[in-house]
Amino acid sequence: MAIPLLDIRDLTVEFATRNGTVTAVKKVDISINKGETLGIVGESGSGKSVTSYALLRILDRAGRIADGSIVFGGVDVGGADERTMSELRGREMSMIFQNPRAALNPIRAVGRQIEDVMIQHGLATRGNARGKAIKMLQAVRIRDPEQRYHAYPFELSGGMCQRIVIAIALACRPQLLIADEPTTGLDVTTQKAVMDLIVELAAERQMATLLITHDLGLAACYCDRIVVMEKGEIVESAAVETLFASPQHPYTQRLMRATPRLDSQVADLLPADDERRASTKRQPIGPPLLEVDSLVKAFGSAANEVRAVDNLSFTLHEGESLGLVGESGCGKSTTSAMIMRLLDPTSGALTFAGSDIAVISAKQFAHHPLRSKLQMVFQDPTDSLNPRWSARRSIEDPMRRLDQLNRQELNTRVSVLAERVGLPAHLLDRFPHQLSGGQKARVGIARAIALEPKLLILDEPTAALDVSVQAVVLNLLASLREQLNMSYLFISHDLNVVRLLCDRVMVMQAGKIVEEGPTEKLLSEPSHAYTRALLNAIPHPPAQASSIHSSSAHPPVTAL
Amino acid sequence: MTTLTSASTTKEGALRRFVRHLLYVMTDNPVTAVAFALFVLIVIAALFGPWLVPYNPLATDSSSTLQAPSWQHWFGTDHLGRDVFSRVVVATRLDLMIAVTAVAIAFVVGSTLGAIAGFYGGWTDRITGRLMDTIMAFPLFVLAMGIVAAAGNTIENIIYATAIINLPFYARMARTEVAVRRQAGYVQAARLSGNRDWRILAFQIFPNSLPPMMVQISLNMGWAILNAAGLSFIGLGVSPPTPEWGIMVAEGANYIVSGQWWLAVFPGLALMLAVFTFNLLGDGLRDLVDPLRRT
Repeated sequence: MAIPLLDIRDLTVEFATRNGTVTAVKKVDISINKGETLGIVGESGSGKSVTSYALLRILDRAGRIADGSIVFGGVDVGGADERTMSELRGREMSMIFQNPRAALNPIRAVGRQIEDVMIQHGLATRGNARGKAIKMLQAVRIRDPEQRYHAYPFELSGGMCQRIVIAIALACRPQLLIADEPTTGLDVTTQKAVMDLIVELAAERQMATLLITHDLGLAACYCDRIVVMEKGEIVESAAVETLFASPQHPYTQRLMRATPRLDSQVADLLPADDERRASTKRQPIGPPLLEVDSLVKAFGSAANEVRAVDNLSFTLHEGESLGLVGESGCGKSTTSAMIMRLLDPTSGALTFAGSDIAVISAKQFAHHPLRSKLQMVFQDPTDSLNPRWSARRSIEDPMRRLDQLNRQELNTRVSVLAERVGLPAHLLDRFPHQLSGGQKARVGIARAIALEPKLLILDEPTAALDVSVQAVVLNLLASLREQLNMSYLFISHDLNVVRLLCDRVMVMQAGKIVEEGPTEKLLSEPSHAYTRALLNAIPHPPAQASSIHSSSAHPPVTAL
Repeated sequence: MTTLTSASTTKEGALRRFVRHLLYVMTDNPVTAVAFALFVLIVIAALFGPWLVPYNPLATDSSSTLQAPSWQHWFGTDHLGRDVFSRVVVATRLDLMIAVTAVAIAFVVGSTLGAIAGFYGGWTDRITGRLMDTIMAFPLFVLAMGIVAAAGNTIENIIYATAIINLPFYARMARTEVAVRRQAGYVQAARLSGNRDWRILAFQIFPNSLPPMMVQISLNMGWAILNAAGLSFIGLGVSPPTPEWGIMVAEGANYIVSGQWWLAVFPGLALMLAVFTFNLLGDGLRDLVDPLRRT
C-alpha cells in the first residue's frame, strides 16, 4: 500500500478548563490516501471537529495536542512552525466550515475573497487574479460568474454562499479538503447539489476529502470509508459496504438504528428492549379540530406585496397527525405562527375547536381560554428556554399563568410532567446551560404539554438534536400523543422524519400547498415534481443486513 | 463535574455556590480581585469613615496650618489647620452617595425607557430615541452645569443633573439588548404560556439583558464621581466647609504654586482611585451576574 497522504497516529488533544484538563480526542489513528473520501461520523461532543482543527493547528488557545503525530505529505504538522503551517493551510489543506455565511467576510465582494487566497499563496498576481477567480466561480457552477464576482455574501442564498466557500477552499488546488458539516443548515435539495459538487470536484482534481458529519446517511452516500467516533475515541473504522453490512461496535449499531430509513417505523429507531419505544397503538381519528380556510399572510405594501402564505386551506382532525413539509422560505413557519396566534393573518379563517380564533388578535389571545389548548414545541431547545430560569420554573410558567394552582399542586404537576417526558427529577433545578440538548428538548416538551393541549405544533423539534437523541424524542412524542390524545401539526424540512409520526403530509412550496395525501401514498407515489425532488435529495444509508432478512452485503448507494 | 453540580442544586448550597463562583471570578482574573479589594475599602470608608478618622474633619486649628505630611498628619493639614487625611476619608461617603444615587436613577429611568422602546418599536422607539439624542447633543458637563445653576445649588440637584446626563447611555443600551431578544425562542414560548407583554418584558427579556448593563453601571459610577467632583470644583453644588474631593482639590489648587502640594494631590489621588476601581470592577461584575459563567 502506498504511503498515505495524511497519517494521524495516536492523536490526543486536551483542553484546559475551569474544572481541570479535559481530553477531547484520545489516541486517534486516521489515514487518508490520495483521492480518497473519508467520513468521520459522530454525535456532538465526539471530538470529530476537534480532530480536524488539530490537523490544521487551529485549536482554541485552551486546547493543545498532547500526544501523537500528524504527518501530511511528508511534513510533520505537529512540529511545524507557524510559517510552514500558514503555507500548508489553504494551499495544501483547506477547510469548508459549517456556516457559510459566517465564514465569508460580509463587507467584501465574493470574487475578491477568492482572489485574496490565491494572491496570498502566490498562485495569482493582481493582474490575472480576476480571471482566475471567475474561473473558480464557473467551476463551482455559479451562473453569471462575471456578475456574481461583485456580489456580497448577503446578496446570495445559503447554498450559493457555500459554493463560494468551496471556491475559496479549492482555489489553490489543495490535496486535502476538510468539510466540517458542510451542509448543516442547508435545504435537502441544496445539500444534494453542494455534496455532488464537492465529490465531483474532488474526483476531477484527485483530491482527498475528509467529510465530518453527524449524518450517517450522508456519509454513506458520499464516502469510501467511514470512521465512527464516540467521546473522543474511534470505535469503528471500515469501508462503507462493510460497515453497513456488519457494524461491529454497539455504538455504531445504535447509531445506525437511530438513523431513519425509508421503511423504518418510529419504534424501530430504538433497540427492541428499550422501554422508551412507542407502542404502535393509535387512537381513532375524531371530528375536525382545526379548520384552516383560505389563510393569507402578505408582507409589504399593497403595490409591492409578497405573499408568504397564499390561500392555504386544510383540516386537521382530533387525534390526527399532519405533516407540513417544505424548504426554508416556503412559508411553513409563518403558517405555524398564525395558527399559534402569535401572528395575525392578512385574511382567512381559523376554526379551532368550533370557534373562529382568527378574529381574536394575537395580543388578546395570550390570555384567551383556548390558549392552553394550542401549544408548541420549538425548533431550538436552547433558544426556547430562558437562560436565567431553572427547568422547573420554565415548566411551571404556563400553569402559573393560565391555571389556578397552589404551590403544592404545582410541584406535583411538575413532577408528573418530568416523569412523563423522562426527565430525572434532580435535573429540575438546573439551568438550561447545565442540561444536554436532549434534556432541554424534554423540558420544552414538558412545558408544551403542561396544560394538556389538544393541538401541539412541532416546529422541527429534532432539527438541533443528535440522531440518537432524535430517536428518543420522536418515540416520546409518539407515546405522548396516545397518552394525552393530542393532535400534531409537524413542521419540518425532512420528509424522512415527518413520515415517522404523521398520518397525512402536505408539501408546501412558495406559500402554497403543492401536494397533499396520506403519508405512505405520498412517499411511494409522489405526483408533484417538487415532492419527487425533495424525496430524491434525502441521503439514505444503505439497508442494513441485519434488519432485513438477507446476509449479503448491499452495494453502497452513491447517489439517490 | 456532574457530581459537583448535582450536589450544589440544593437550596442551602446557593450561598456557598455564589461564594465559590465569586472566588473563581477573583482568582481567574487578579485585576478583578484588586478592584474588588479596593471597592471594599471604599465602601468601608464611606460607611464608617467618620468613626475611623483620627481628627474631626471640620475642626480648624490655627496653630498648625499648612503642615506637610507627617506621622501626626498623614496627608498634612490645610490652610485652616484641618487634617487632610480625615477630610479625604470622610468625603468618600458624600461622593459615593451622589454617584450611587445618580447612577441608580439613571439606570432605573433610562433602562425602563429603553426597554419599552426596544420592545414595542415604532413611535415609542422614535420618540424616546430623539429625546435621548437631544440630551446627547449637549456637551454633557456643560448641560449638568446648566441644570444645577438653573435649579439651584444643592446636592439633590447635582444628583438629578448627573442622572439626566447619564440617562441616554442606559436607554440606548437597554433598547439594543431588548430588541435583539424580542424574537427569541423563550419569548415566543412565554407568549404561548399566557404571559402578557409587560410580564415578558419584565421577567423574560430584561433580566437577560442585565450582564452588559452591569458593566455600564460600573463604568458610569466612576464617571459620575468625577462629574460630581467636577461640579463642586467649579463651585456648584456642595459648598465649603463640607469635605468633598472636588472642593478640596479646588481649594488646594491655590497652594500648589507656593509648594503646599498635599492639599490638592491627596483628594485628587482618592478621586482617581475611586474612578479607577469602578472602571476595573465592570468586567468582574459582568462575570458575576452572568449565569452562563457559573458552571
